[in-house]
Amino acid sequence: MSEKAAETGKSFFTPFNVVAGIIIIIGLIITVLRFTGGLASVTNLSDVNPWGIWIGFDLLVGVALAAGGFVTSAAVYLFGMKKYHSAVRPAILTGFLGYALVVLALHYDVGRPWRLPYPFLVQQGTTSVLFEVAGCVALYLTVLFIEFSPAALEWLGLRKARRMVVKLTLLLTIFGVVLSTLHQSSLGALFLIAPSKLHPLWYSTYLPVYFFITSIIAGLSMVIFESTLSYRYLSHKMDEAHLKEKNDVTLGFGKAASYVLAGYFAIKVVGISTGNHWHLLGTSYGLWFLLELFGFVALPCFLYAVGVRDKNLKLIKWTAVLAILGIILNRFNVCLIAFNWHLPSSERYFPHWMEIGISIFIVTLGVIFFKFIVTRMPILYQHPEYSDSH
Amino acid sequence: MDGTFYTLQEFMTHTEGVTYVLIVAILLGMLGFWIFLVERDENE
Amino acid sequence: MGAAAGLSTAYGSSVHAAANKYFKGYPDSLGILFDSMLCIGCRKCEAGCNKVNGLPPPDQPFDDLTVLNKKRRTDTRTFTVVNRYDPPQGIPPPLFRKIQCNHCLEPACASACFVKAFTKTKQGSVVYDASVCVGCRYCMIACPFEIPTYEYDKALTPRIRKCTMCHPRVVEGKLPGCVEICPNEALSFGKRKDLIKIARERIRKYPDRYVDHIYGEHEMGGTSWLYLSGVPFNALGMREDLGVTPAPELTAGALSVVPMVAGLWPVLLTGLYAVSKRKEKIAKLEQQQAVASTLEKANSEAEAKLSKALANAQKEKDAAIKREIKKALEEAKQTQETEDS
Repeated sequence: MSEKAAETGKSFFTPFNVVAGIIIIIGLIITVLRFTGGLASVTNLSDVNPWGIWIGFDLLVGVALAAGGFVTSAAVYLFGMKKYHSAVRPAILTGFLGYALVVLALHYDVGRPWRLPYPFLVQQGTTSVLFEVAGCVALYLTVLFIEFSPAALEWLGLRKARRMVVKLTLLLTIFGVVLSTLHQSSLGALFLIAPSKLHPLWYSTYLPVYFFITSIIAGLSMVIFESTLSYRYLSHKMDEAHLKEKNDVTLGFGKAASYVLAGYFAIKVVGISTGNHWHLLGTSYGLWFLLELFGFVALPCFLYAVGVRDKNLKLIKWTAVLAILGIILNRFNVCLIAFNWHLPSSERYFPHWMEIGISIFIVTLGVIFFKFIVTRMPILYQHPEYSDSH
Repeated sequence: MDGTFYTLQEFMTHTEGVTYVLIVAILLGMLGFWIFLVERDENE
Repeated sequence: MGAAAGLSTAYGSSVHAAANKYFKGYPDSLGILFDSMLCIGCRKCEAGCNKVNGLPPPDQPFDDLTVLNKKRRTDTRTFTVVNRYDPPQGIPPPLFRKIQCNHCLEPACASACFVKAFTKTKQGSVVYDASVCVGCRYCMIACPFEIPTYEYDKALTPRIRKCTMCHPRVVEGKLPGCVEICPNEALSFGKRKDLIKIARERIRKYPDRYVDHIYGEHEMGGTSWLYLSGVPFNALGMREDLGVTPAPELTAGALSVVPMVAGLWPVLLTGLYAVSKRKEKIAKLEQQQAVASTLEKANSEAEAKLSKALANAQKEKDAAIKREIKKALEEAKQTQETEDS
């Protein structure tokens, strides 16, 4: 209590708070502009480029990077890998915040966000992959919220409610994996409808598989990344179990990520072969594709492997950053760079600074909420009264 | 089945709609069936 | 079952659960044939469209033909544009193409829309319902012809805009605005199947004038707007690499996997859980057994030690007693000897 008084007394204007505050203020201003002047006033979207970074980054990258939730809970509750248990709550929180912010970002991007429930309540476009994405994301956000709730209920002292929710863990985990498989892959399937607009090296009937597998890689890497950052800035909140297990988490998840990256590399090569696109590798887009494949798939695969074999935690942590950048690059390629590749440069898209502003604003909100929750609720530590939490 | 489908779009709108309903039924059904399978074990 | 299937194929109307589906579209679906060899680029069709649809006045008047110096596309105030194309060689006069929604037989926009805002009517026009549109713009991603435009400058009521084939007029038996006003009969309106026959006939009659292809007959599964040209279609800015696969087929494969995952993942994942639970149980059991047997071993060892120690203690006790007795006897003997002497 007295600690709080001291905090509000002097250190409200920490560097983090100041920077975050500026971003929030700019974000709020752009928000007003967006809803008074329309998308034209804050974006560089056009008739030929209807999707920009609010889809390419906020939606596609956001959903991929929030995949740690289903990956970690599957590892612990379905594969029975109890030694990663301390990683579950942070991963679920990252997932929950990630998906919640994706939904927030959609409110900026779609023309009439108050109509977002229409596909379920008014008229169902059942032939649309987007219908399935929307349904699964909505359901999965609910699942994540429920999976996150025990931490909040412990904080609020609601024992009975918490006990009831914890009983649902296995069911929610399985449902979460089902939903994640569906929507992670369907985000890739969205682009199947536009073969004439996506460069052949990225357009493939395997797009849904690629998106699903990379979401696993993204999830594993994000857990390592988030654990690294949490330890750097919030280690005082970590209990002994967390501190003890985190190296195992880094090693174990790094090992898994390495192997999945290897599999992904293989199936990407298969994709080139299936389309007989070998000759395209020599073109400028081909070189860009090879950069993505070797610099951001093969390289992290190799570095993770070296890190795991040598038990080099620092290498694994930096490789996680590389792998995450690779996921971002891949989503940008499919949605923005290799999309409309055939158009002259005058018709290509580059985001307006205000679009970037909103994306940064949304990520900042995520960091703020993460910090708020982690410093108050039992995420990085076990609540002393609930040490039976499996 | 009644109703004439002149386009693939019409056909798929119908079939996918039925499929989604089926999916919900399957998920609930599998859950129920699993509970049915293991409830004796838990009651021991 | 086979007889029923045979009957329905014979009548060609209903579709029962056949594996190989083939949809021919509405039988009397209407269409428009555009003949680029007859188009003079007067832009009257643009004017007619603007008037009939109550669109806002353009920046430059419709009779201003300098507009044709630049390539244009449809936008939120313009459902159709005419572009001029200067041919590679051979034909002296420049050629023109009218761009508007092609009213595909299997529209990509309708397939993509998650609120079913697009409908392929039985007249053939693809119409848009702004009252349900959420503004996701996936239709714009999907349309291979880059037709739908979006009112990005409207904050609260943005709509998709595109040619409607003058659906309300067509339903009343009238001609679409562009067709009615065209002075050179470059646009013909009628049943799509008739227009295809007309187009084929035109090609047959003037083989040197026309490229032997009706654009839109099969592209993307077929469109209601058909085109004839005297030069390769890509010289008119039309893509020749779109293929013949209709848009719904492009995503049908991915969609078909959804119920498989929903039905089977729970089985596989529960099985995984059961296997790992069982492994855990066995590991626990083995551990318990190991502990138990170690305990037993330790117990029996302890017992053996104890009984050995007890036996030893007893032995020593006996030996001590014997010693004492011996000592007492000897002392008694000595006392006896001293008394005797």
